[in-house]
Amino acid sequence: MGLSGWRLCSVALAALLAGYCLATAAGVFIGSLLPVPRGEAVLIGMLCSFVVYAGAVIWAFAVRRPAQVWLGLMIPACALAAAGAVLAGSPL
Amino acid sequence: MQKITREDPSEGGFRQAMAWLHTWSGLILGWLLFFIFLTGTAGYFDTEIDRWMQPELPRVQPRADTAATAAVLLQRLRSEAPAAERWLLLLPVDRNQPYPGIAWRGAAAASGASAASGSVRVDGSSGKTLAARDTGGGQALYRMHWRLHYLSRTQADVIVGVATLFMLVALITGVIIHKKIFKDFFTFRPGKGQRSWLDAHNVLGVAALPFHLMITYSGLVFMAFSYMPLILTAHYGAGGSAQQQFRAEVSDPPGLVEAAGEPAALVALGGLIAKAEDRWGQGRIRSIDIRHPQHSNARVIFHENIEKAAGNAGERLVFDGVDGTLLHTLAPATSTAQGFRGLLIGLHEGLFAPPLLRWLYFCSGLLGTGMIATGLVLWTAKRRRQAVRAAAATPAGLLLVEKLNVGTVVGLPLGIAAYFWANRLLAVDIAGRADWEIHIMFLTWLAMLIHAAVRPARRAWGEQLLLAAFAFGALPLLNAITTERHLGHSLAAGDWVFAGFDLSVLAIGLVSGWAARRLWKRPRQAAYLPVAPAALDGTGS
Repeated sequence: MGLSGWRLCSVALAALLAGYCLATAAGVFIGSLLPVPRGEAVLIGMLCSFVVYAGAVIWAFAVRRPAQVWLGLMIPACALAAAGAVLAGSPL
Repeated sequence: MQKITREDPSEGGFRQAMAWLHTWSGLILGWLLFFIFLTGTAGYFDTEIDRWMQPELPRVQPRADTAATAAVLLQRLRSEAPAAERWLLLLPVDRNQPYPGIAWRGAAAASGASAASGSVRVDGSSGKTLAARDTGGGQALYRMHWRLHYLSRTQADVIVGVATLFMLVALITGVIIHKKIFKDFFTFRPGKGQRSWLDAHNVLGVAALPFHLMITYSGLVFMAFSYMPLILTAHYGAGGSAQQQFRAEVSDPPGLVEAAGEPAALVALGGLIAKAEDRWGQGRIRSIDIRHPQHSNARVIFHENIEKAAGNAGERLVFDGVDGTLLHTLAPATSTAQGFRGLLIGLHEGLFAPPLLRWLYFCSGLLGTGMIATGLVLWTAKRRRQAVRAAAATPAGLLLVEKLNVGTVVGLPLGIAAYFWANRLLAVDIAGRADWEIHIMFLTWLAMLIHAAVRPARRAWGEQLLLAAFAFGALPLLNAITTERHLGHSLAAGDWVFAGFDLSVLAIGLVSGWAARRLWKRPRQAAYLPVAPAALDGTGS
């Protein structure tokens, strides 16, 4: 499959770690976007985050180019997290 | 899988990548997922297994008058934990809660002679503790499927979380690489080695696909607060007070207050019980939760039983604990998101399921377990054939997977059988008895892994299946020797908990024996076939 050694490790780590970051960021963002009470929005964000995570893993292994996978997951993750934090008026 | 990609070169790259992901994530996490699925499936009969493992306990009688039982429980709480800040009265309502019980949480260490918190199962008419042998019961099996028993909570959360995520990934990629999902569902070509294993894997996967997707996704949602804590943190801040704030907004009933510290007599429960039963029907109060008992701002929360809907909550009534006025009536879910989450969790646990549906749950769980087992065997069948064709030495990786397959697919069910044997054979009074039952389960599994390591794979399958046939098939006999509630007695008395357990393990034993016999009898077929397809049936327990 043309994927072995450090490239495989890199893609797998990206899928797990960067995918997790993207899932969390998407959850935060979705939670900040919805016009419903805060607690409910957080729950919806959590419900969606797992779908994003699974999608991220699948995408990572479909692309299979480490640099593209890392950037492709981390850039939107940072953007979503920042947007979510601003919209939510995050206490962090 | 390759066949599909050859047929459709335009999509080949993507589909091939997905096949690769499916195969390797399935292989790496397969044995862990097998463990999670098998122990979780046994968990659908958790309280039934509990009761079989504590044969001293009386058969459950239909509940007497609710008010009388509650009065007995309350009396016991007053003597057991007079200064607790929370009392919980658990009423025997159905198979989920077969015996009455009490639980309490102390305010502080200085609150009195009794421990800060605790719980006891009591007799509903006398209020005495219902004593039975020390055992983990079915609860221990059920708890293992997400707590992994020997690991810390954090370790187990990370490992089970990653495994569950990749289970979801394996299901999605399985559907993607499976273009002819409908046609393949009706395809089974037995006795053809690798092809048969692929068909079996497909049929088992597709037959209960909605269940597999539901159970996997809801498993993630169940643990969402552990797996995705930062989503909550981003909105509420870090620390315990933020968590509490979230709970207060989302799930706590309104009207809860801090203790005022002024003593006051608790309202008589009889009148409140009558109000709750008028609303919900006789015998449908699941529990009564008393906050700050004997204080001026006590609250009494009634919980409705949950058997009427899949969501994991019923209605709640909040009463003032001194004058008995009804303060709030709470719907099972206070928002759509919470309702949806409750529905997913309710579906995952299946607590609402009546017997027929419970068996369907159990069978779906077995299909999932079988899907994982056939996937693991398929991996070896394919590579065994390639190794034979190439006339090369068997690769070390293939040998390892073959051995782990036998030692887990048959070895783990054997460990569970040993757990039941230990329950009947260990002396009742030894210290740490419940722990030793579980140690014996894992030691047996370890012994089976060692056995698989030293025997040729095909021999190991046959020998372990034979042992499983004995270990499960003889359990009813062991039960007959060690208790008075043998199959003849339980069938005659209509005791379906005991009869059901004995008959189920007997059936598992018979299927294992049948599979073992087929393996022994049949001469070694094509060299690439490591095991006859019949062995599959021995995995379900």
